[in-house]
Amino acid sequence: MSEYVLETKDLGISFGGLKAVQDVNLSIKRRQLYGLVGPNGAGKTTIFNMLTGVYQPTTGTFYLEGEELKGLNQEKINHKGIARTFQNIRLFNNMSVIRNVMVGLHNQPEFKCGIVSSIFRLPSYYKTEKAMREKAKSILRIVGLEDERNNLACNLPYGKQRKLEIARALATNPKLLLLDEPAAGMNPQETADLVEIVKSIRDQFDLTVLLIEHDMKFVAGLCDEITVLNFGTVLAQGKTNDCLNDPEVVKAYLGG
Amino acid sequence: MKKNIQWKNFLNYFVVVILGIIFTVLTMSGGLSTSFRYLLEQITIAAIAAVSLSLVVGFLGELSLGHAGFMCAGAYIGGKVAYLLAENTGLGNSLITMIIALVVGAIVAAVLGLVIGLPALRLKGDYLAIVTLAFGEIVKFIFMNSDKKTFGGALGLDTPRFNSKYLFIVGFVLILITLAVVQNLMRSKHGRAITAIRDNEIAARATGINVTKYKLIVFMISSMFAGMAGVLYSYANYTIQSSKFDYNYSIEILVMVVLGGMGSINGSMIAATIITVLNVELATILTGNLAVLQRLVYSLILILLVIYNNAPAFKNFREKNNFRALAGRLRPHNPSRIDNDEGQWARIPTKIKMDEILSTDFAKVDSFSPDKPDKPEGGH
Repeated sequence: MSEYVLETKDLGISFGGLKAVQDVNLSIKRRQLYGLVGPNGAGKTTIFNMLTGVYQPTTGTFYLEGEELKGLNQEKINHKGIARTFQNIRLFNNMSVIRNVMVGLHNQPEFKCGIVSSIFRLPSYYKTEKAMREKAKSILRIVGLEDERNNLACNLPYGKQRKLEIARALATNPKLLLLDEPAAGMNPQETADLVEIVKSIRDQFDLTVLLIEHDMKFVAGLCDEITVLNFGTVLAQGKTNDCLNDPEVVKAYLGG
Repeated sequence: MKKNIQWKNFLNYFVVVILGIIFTVLTMSGGLSTSFRYLLEQITIAAIAAVSLSLVVGFLGELSLGHAGFMCAGAYIGGKVAYLLAENTGLGNSLITMIIALVVGAIVAAVLGLVIGLPALRLKGDYLAIVTLAFGEIVKFIFMNSDKKTFGGALGLDTPRFNSKYLFIVGFVLILITLAVVQNLMRSKHGRAITAIRDNEIAARATGINVTKYKLIVFMISSMFAGMAGVLYSYANYTIQSSKFDYNYSIEILVMVVLGGMGSINGSMIAATIITVLNVELATILTGNLAVLQRLVYSLILILLVIYNNAPAFKNFREKNNFRALAGRLRPHNPSRIDNDEGQWARIPTKIKMDEILSTDFAKVDSFSPDKPDKPEGGH
């Protein structure tokens, strides 16, 4: 097995003549919390979209635990072990909180139940439903949403919706979790909670986390290594504090 | 609460079973006219068609305008099978013949659903609607232009008319089967996946749901029941003509689904009943010179029904005048509840503590970035 959970080699994509992302090389170790920062439009979400199969990279490739995943579709990549959250929250709004998480559990081998046994309500149906409900509850407990489980997802406040997205992603049992601005729109207290949640899920699920965030306090508190992007290219890479104090990075963020 | 939901789940089975029993008893005692039984048969056909379409439109959230096409295929193939079996084997026009015809019709329609679904379900929204619309018309014209000997051509196919005393009972049983399959499917993990696709397809894909597979399955099950409804139709009539299954009919089924409320199985059934009764009754009331008014009156009533269901003014009216509100009005009015509560202003917090404002970290505002939509497909 490869030393790195996620490795990207010269990853790049161009839309027509626009090179949105160029030559991004990431190497993320097991159980690492890795940050991806950069000004708006730097290509951070585009990288996420490539890693999850929404876009197909035009150059380069990427590996999950040594296995090349380039060219697979979104569902397959999720089955291989990359789960994500979205920058603009995409929950299943008309479903309850617990059912959102249960959708995430859909492909787990321990919850197998065919369509025929579902329609005929065979014993395996009841067994699976009960087991899924319990598992979903335990995941919700970790992100602190257990009491909200019967509310509709769209009725949750913004911060809790973000947590629910993380719970749903966790339910797919990923090796690598991609968080797209998980702290956006959260108040300082919620942000502080989120740091603890991300750390605890990393420990409990043996996860590797790659996250995009603009809140530098959040990034500094969570990530030991980051990559700074600007205009689709890597501006700086390495230890968090070194990168954030890099004059080039400060210039990119503040202009100058 | 939990008990309540469980009870609600079985309510529609109870209603269908009880109605079925009542009508059966009435028929046996000779209390039902032939025309009323014909109406019942039409209602069961419409209800099965509507519930099966609501699986695609209401639960999957895709617009299909070719439902009559699947019914047409089921009606012709099932009718032909029934005819051949009744003529050439010892089975005659029996229940067994009918079950075989139903199964064959359902399978043919399901296979058609798969064949159409494979290319069509890559499309979305309006485009899928147009493709299914075209499919329905193609099926209609294929049977219309078929050989006189095989499917009767433009004159229509002769089918065995099942004894009308019993056909509606078969219809009620089929409604029960449709209900059971659709409800059980939707309340399983697969139903959750289907609802997830409707709610947010991008998120469903990212969560590892095989969107194409589920769309196909839903399309197949839906067309399978449409095929069954078609076979039932062929049994309810002496001949079937493919011109009946035009896009108007598809849209009529769609109207039932929309009128009943998207994603509501019971609503679809009730709407199917109302629209069928309306159609059949108007055809019997407005005869002769008034026959031209049939469609006009039908359309007017339909418009009024939709307005009554959805217009905000009527919504207020209904909220004021529903059963619960009427029951509430019967209770004695108690003005002491709010007006005499002197302490109410004291409990409402009017002062915000200054400390709280001062301790708020406004620096955080800088880190906020406006949410920009990420494009789902390779945007150029």
